[in-house]
Amino acid sequence: MARILSFSIFRYNPGDPASAPRLDNFLLDESDRMTLFIALTRLREEQDASLQFDFCCRAGICGACGMVINGRPGLACHTKTKDLPKEITLLPLPGFDLVADLSVDTGKWFRAMYRRVESWVHTDKAFDPAAEEERMDNALAEQIYELERCIECGCCVSACGTSRMRPDFLGAAGLNRIARFMIDPRDERTDSDYFDLVGNDEGVFGCMGLLACEDICPKEIPLQDQLGILRRKMAFTAVKDIFRMKEKGKKK
Amino acid sequence: MQTFHTDLLCVGAGLAGERVAIAAASAGFSAMCLSIVPARRSHSAAAQGGMQAALGNCAMGDGDDPDVHFADTVKGSDWGCDQEVARLFCDSAPIVMRELAAWGVPWNRVVAGRSSYFKGGAQFEKIEKKEKEGLITARAFGGTAKWRTCYTSDGTGHTVLYAMDNKAAQLGVPVHDRTEVIALIHDGENCLGAIARSLRNGELSAYLAKATLIATGGFGRIYRESTNAVINDGGGLISALDTGLVRLGNMEAVQFHPTGIVPTDILVTEGCRGDGGTLLDVNEERFMPEYEPEKAELASRDVVSRRMTEHMRRGLGVKSPYGDHLWLDIRHLGEKHIRSKLREVDEICKYFLGVDPVRQLIPVRPTQHYSMGGVRTDASGAAYGLAGLFSAGEAACWDLHGFNRLGGNSLAETVVAGMLVGQKTVEFLKGRQVNFSTAVIEDAVARQKDRIGRLIAKTDGKENVFSVKNRMHDAIMKGAGIFRNGTDLAACVDELQDTLDAARKVGLSTNGRGASPELTLALKIEGMVKLALCVAFGALKRTESRGSHSREDYPERNDRDWLVRTLASWPDGADLPLLEYESATEVFEILPGDRGYGGGAIIPMPPPAAPGEQGTPSGPAEQTATASTGSTGSAGSTGSAAAPPTQGRLAETGSPNTAGSPHAGADAAQGDK
Repeated sequence: MARILSFSIFRYNPGDPASAPRLDNFLLDESDRMTLFIALTRLREEQDASLQFDFCCRAGICGACGMVINGRPGLACHTKTKDLPKEITLLPLPGFDLVADLSVDTGKWFRAMYRRVESWVHTDKAFDPAAEEERMDNALAEQIYELERCIECGCCVSACGTSRMRPDFLGAAGLNRIARFMIDPRDERTDSDYFDLVGNDEGVFGCMGLLACEDICPKEIPLQDQLGILRRKMAFTAVKDIFRMKEKGKKK
Repeated sequence: MQTFHTDLLCVGAGLAGERVAIAAASAGFSAMCLSIVPARRSHSAAAQGGMQAALGNCAMGDGDDPDVHFADTVKGSDWGCDQEVARLFCDSAPIVMRELAAWGVPWNRVVAGRSSYFKGGAQFEKIEKKEKEGLITARAFGGTAKWRTCYTSDGTGHTVLYAMDNKAAQLGVPVHDRTEVIALIHDGENCLGAIARSLRNGELSAYLAKATLIATGGFGRIYRESTNAVINDGGGLISALDTGLVRLGNMEAVQFHPTGIVPTDILVTEGCRGDGGTLLDVNEERFMPEYEPEKAELASRDVVSRRMTEHMRRGLGVKSPYGDHLWLDIRHLGEKHIRSKLREVDEICKYFLGVDPVRQLIPVRPTQHYSMGGVRTDASGAAYGLAGLFSAGEAACWDLHGFNRLGGNSLAETVVAGMLVGQKTVEFLKGRQVNFSTAVIEDAVARQKDRIGRLIAKTDGKENVFSVKNRMHDAIMKGAGIFRNGTDLAACVDELQDTLDAARKVGLSTNGRGASPELTLALKIEGMVKLALCVAFGALKRTESRGSHSREDYPERNDRDWLVRTLASWPDGADLPLLEYESATEVFEILPGDRGYGGGAIIPMPPPAAPGEQGTPSGPAEQTATASTGSTGSAGSTGSAAAPPTQGRLAETGSPNTAGSPHAGADAAQGDK
């Protein structure tokens, strides 16, 4: 116990003309059961009130505090300092616009993603307040929930090789979102509709299969499986559509 | 500076804010949400348990209906709730759950056949009906006669918020995230929108709206130890209070949960104790049976929290760098039970404490959890004091929860109130025309620029904003926690008044450029201290015990004198809030009685006279507590006599009758002219 932790933290405040990108060093005495949430809050209150970072729920639920912790993207709130060496380097997540220091604009990225994948239930049915709800098998409801557990922290995007080379890549989070609606019977979109959204190199065929997304996902969502299923389905849809087009051509 | 125009401006993009925005957008109005975080990070996402709605689909919910739900809610509130609102809520909740299902929430569903469940550590069996298979199911929650809580595994708030935000995205409702409202724009009668500061670059914007909704959630962060997200600092309430016109209801009604973990104050579920877990002190000895021989650890939430506090006050808490705590022991439940039935607890211990609950003790203490109080509104969600201002969700005192809310009612309230207030807002917008005065807008902007300039230039002083926050935390944790008494509350009010003085002298230690977190806190610290004073002063004046408000010196629930709601407003330049009272409910479906749990003596209300006069109790309802400066002396005297000087002050600051109050009920306090 009683280690002195040595933090090396990326600093840059675009709102301050005098600020230049750099690493700042801080020393902090470690306390029992300390998390990076506690440590960073103390650094701001006790040593540098200008230090910027994002925490919200601080309970691993909201996804606000993704950052690169000693080289690995993760949630700062549920990282305990005792699991780290005494030298700790903190960097903002790459792949997102920088707000300042450790704070990045994940909100903007994810909102753009919802628009691209049309992240909502597509249906022609109008809600009838007087009617009983449509029935659903409980096992299916739980399966949908498994894919809905993504907290949009952005760690998978930051860890993704394709995203680094291709900024318009949907990333594991975006593809997982498609998979979530695909298995939901309330969404009336067909495989061809989904193919139009993600059947390209910015979508499901861009993935190089490095699978860091699955390795670092703080919610342990089975991203690798989803990607595989989605890819097979989309490839199959593509082939089907080619045949359908040929049929059409013959008729003409 | 950018200026935005919209029909409806929602401050907050959690469940309540987005649901109201969706109602307006669906009716063809323009609606926009402002949020300090991306919408899906709103604290609604953290609610795990579920939403109460009397669907009655599952076997243990058989025979449930809105009447049973209503009775549970009124009893739970310790008769502090507005019964008209509770009725609206209970009747509408089932429809809301079905609508959410249509929008994509993967509710858990009824599985037909035999299955087992645990109660008090023992195993029982139930049989789900075949004809109900596939309908929305429910789980058990405290204080309910039936299993009524609809859920999606352990992520109900998360899935509902995601479905809601999907719907908002589909309708094209813009959400300006990282945008914090720092003041409302108003002309003394009408709310015209808000001034907001960007948390990306620090720039100010004006948002002009025909109607404005405050849906910023609770204000738990005025307490040092809170299960709330760090964003729940009462920002929306502060902007309302700063108008001097809007009233906050029942701010002294604050709920504490017995088992927040230490440090970080994350909640571990009541299920730990429900399944047989025990509480231990510094000597690793059980203490609850000593206080509560019958129920021990399974007494009600408020009772357990009180006993834990009492025990720590006796010096039997465990010292830690994060303050005193006690231990929760679930080791004897065994590895199999903990890793499966209490998986979530196991994970919280692993991730946030590095503790293995199979082998180690869990550090816990009672922790602030929920704000029953908030912007007082009528049943339509309209705030008292400013036309065109609405509120919904935890930020509002609508008042579904009275002095104690039931688990599962708060998450449901966000969407049910969102739907109902949304409908009323649409009706309001249909007839609404306002004149946006450039003078009023420019004045509002100039005031905020001036505040920011003074903080950066340290014009008013060099007080450190974090020190001020810590002082506020010290004062309120000590004086207005779980147990309250006149002496400690008077000292707390005193200390908070000194803290308020310090808050007004804050100056930045940094240059405040960009999204400066120091400036962000400095802009709201005075408001936070004012909220703390509303809590402490309201608690001091309420000389009874009701629900979560527990006075050691006034242990009875006093229906004769205190079946009323506290209304707090803040006259310009005052050092204390102005307190007024109105009857808790205009309508009585259920007259006050015993809750059936919790014990405690009751001073009964006089029998109702004529039906029309039912909701007008005597006593403090007619009175106004003092808001005169430096009056902690009189605050310490806990008598219910009103201070005469306030009459004049009330007239100066505008009585609610003349301030464009949208609701006749608002006038109850002044109705006895």
